[in-house]
Amino acid sequence: MRRELRSYKDLPPGPITFETTRGFFKTGSWRTFRPVVELAKCKKCWICWKFCPDVSVRIREDGKGVEFDYDHCKGCGICANECPAGAIQMVPEE
Amino acid sequence: MVKKLINGNYAASYASKLARAQVIAAYPITPQTNVVELIADFVASGEMKAKYICVESEHSAMAACIAASATGARTFTATSSQGLLLMHELLHWASGARLPIVMVNVNRAVGPPWSVWADQTDSISQRDTGWMQFYSESTQELLDTVIMLYKVAESPDILLPGFVTEDAFYLSHTYEPVDIPEQAMVDSFLPPFDPPFKLDVDRPHGLGSLSMPHQWYMEMRYNIAEAMDLSRRRILEVEREWRELTGRSYGGLLDEYGTDGADAIIACAGTAASTAREVVDDMRKVGKRVGLARIRCLRPFPTEELRALGRRVPVIGVMDRCYTFGDGGPLFTEIKSALYQLRDRPLVKNFVAGVGGRDITMKTIEKMFENLLRIGSSGLDREKEWVDLKRPEVV
Repeated sequence: MRRELRSYKDLPPGPITFETTRGFFKTGSWRTFRPVVELAKCKKCWICWKFCPDVSVRIREDGKGVEFDYDHCKGCGICANECPAGAIQMVPEE
Repeated sequence: MVKKLINGNYAASYASKLARAQVIAAYPITPQTNVVELIADFVASGEMKAKYICVESEHSAMAACIAASATGARTFTATSSQGLLLMHELLHWASGARLPIVMVNVNRAVGPPWSVWADQTDSISQRDTGWMQFYSESTQELLDTVIMLYKVAESPDILLPGFVTEDAFYLSHTYEPVDIPEQAMVDSFLPPFDPPFKLDVDRPHGLGSLSMPHQWYMEMRYNIAEAMDLSRRRILEVEREWRELTGRSYGGLLDEYGTDGADAIIACAGTAASTAREVVDDMRKVGKRVGLARIRCLRPFPTEELRALGRRVPVIGVMDRCYTFGDGGPLFTEIKSALYQLRDRPLVKNFVAGVGGRDITMKTIEKMFENLLRIGSSGLDREKEWVDLKRPEVV
């Protein structure tokens, strides 16, 4: 729910955001390297999913491995570093 | 109603139990420690249904209270001196997040040199944190004020944290008969904490997110200012309700004694007020018209009450049990600031006394009154005076 705020009187009784930050702001533009997964190598151990500090690794609905939320992934490379199968490469953004 | 012989610290523990505090985060520090020790006993014996969190510092104690309060739990902690100073950063966070945490602080001097005795530097240093501040004069007042403060703090239009202080040893370790109110009566006075917003996994939202300069930070600060102003009226309402239930009240924000027709009064906070009352009685008996104005509530400040007093009384002596270096006693500067808008201002003089727990005796206070009565006719001798200071001219 997005509220129309015009004055201090419209504010909630504390410093809260009604939507989670994730829904409001796209932060993927901060990235200089993007993670790319080679699904053939993915062992489906979900370690990258577990380690992502930004909840930007998602398990694919078809169960064939992982995919990335590029609207929020900041390219920190932790997923690529942790992947035991070497299935994730960090590729420079253009 | 049960009367018990307890000290100020135990009065604080009983108050948190009667208020049904649900989360207690505790770290020991002299002279506060037996506040949280007795609460630990209450929780261990099952007499108090609460989560008791042992933390590694006062900073963490306040962090735990903030997190618990954000989920809608009623929280309590107690500290003193260096411990309160260590909490300072998070005190700002608690008020900014509009979390009605209630705490007890034992007023103790700040080192170095080490001192564990009475001094109000610790809590006065928290004036700008957005916490309500109450200074108690008796053990009973401490217990009653903690319970009243929960009700004020949790009011939906206030939602601000607050603390109640007690002077080290004068209250913290002095035993007095205290009426421990019935639980059922306190329950009828203080409903469960039901905040308008809280951390809830079923209704997720962010708490304390970023606000850019063009967004809402300034308006949120304005809302805190409004809530604090509103709390003045709420404090008086809640005290009236408490008086109807228990027959006890403490004079609202500014507790006046013998101020009618007074030629001079002393304003102070904390236990020195009890001594001053005795002196007022003695001096009134011999025809000297003196009185007392006890600052019971420092935040919100009793500005209007002081102005009304300043219209009636020609000389005000302000006794500070601490000092703001490079300026003056903090109560002195605050009271002067409140009186400035009056057309005919009273004479205001600062007495700095009892720093680091030095005893403020009846004789000390009598000397101050005599001085005030004198300067009432002869004019101000000096603006600030450290009383009972070891001086070369009197050695």
